[in-house]
Amino acid sequence: MTPLPRGSKRPITTSAIGIGLATGAYGLSFGAISVASGLTAIQTQTLSLLMFTGASQFALVGVLGAGGGAIAAVLTAWLLGARNGLYALHIAPTLNLRGLRKPVAAQLTIDESTAMSIAQEPNVDRSRHAFWATGISVYVLWNIGTLLGALGASAIGDPATLGLDAAIPAGFLALLWPRLRDRAAWAIAAGGATIALVLTPLTRSGVPVLASALIAVIAGYRLRDRS
Amino acid sequence: MIWAAVLIGSLGCYLEKLFGFILPPSLLDRPMIRSVAALLPIAMLSALVAVQTFGAGQSLVIDARLAGVAVAVVALLLRAPFLAVVLAAAITAALLRATGLAA
Repeated sequence: MTPLPRGSKRPITTSAIGIGLATGAYGLSFGAISVASGLTAIQTQTLSLLMFTGASQFALVGVLGAGGGAIAAVLTAWLLGARNGLYALHIAPTLNLRGLRKPVAAQLTIDESTAMSIAQEPNVDRSRHAFWATGISVYVLWNIGTLLGALGASAIGDPATLGLDAAIPAGFLALLWPRLRDRAAWAIAAGGATIALVLTPLTRSGVPVLASALIAVIAGYRLRDRS
Repeated sequence: MIWAAVLIGSLGCYLEKLFGFILPPSLLDRPMIRSVAALLPIAMLSALVAVQTFGAGQSLVIDARLAGVAVAVVALLLRAPFLAVVLAAAITAALLRATGLAA
């Protein structure tokens, strides 16, 4: 295909930077919440550099902070990150990568870069540009945000006095909100919350959230032929 | 213990992304897998909201966090950005505690 004039990619780059800045603000709250949950600033930064998928990162520190233990925290993060693999599956043919670019692109495969890339389909050239521009912009600004948030929270005192323990569920709610698009989503959300609350007094911390994954499996089985 | 969770958690999340690039599509591209992976964040994020709002170890309590989350709902309905939602919740809880209105 013929390469597009440079000008047609500029709006994509601008949006990519805008999304990066918005995500940097998420990063700021992630950094603060992670430190308030008991991780060090370096552990917090390592998550943003290596894990680099927001919901999994919030979940890992949330479960650890609530005393759920490492195994439940890791499993929760993995289950939440499974969707990234399907994003990769979807965009791999468009990106058509060889060699070292493949493992690099994998790390940048998240909600934002995938959504931006898909929005440019079927124009392959723009779709690739959107993926890389958004992925790199979000990676850099998410990590800068994390650093500032972690250092800021390290400098201040008791998380409960500052209401940071209320910021944690609010953060999860803000991640959940855009996914509540239809009646089925609301039903699944209600089911997940109910299972978790019923199990909280009965099981050790960390198990209730893992158990809520069953709702997704059952609903996923019943809705498998939709969409 | 925390380091193990950070590193093993990160490795797994990276491999999930990489598998989508290197495994044959026929292995992953099934309606059931697609559907479950899309629904997992809805069920689990909702569970996390519930547990982090009401949980205190193995007991369920109502405290300033609930007021914070209620204010977060209002902020989300007003289409506030992520940081504003989180800050609104934190400030609400902090104020209720500072004034002795909630634990």
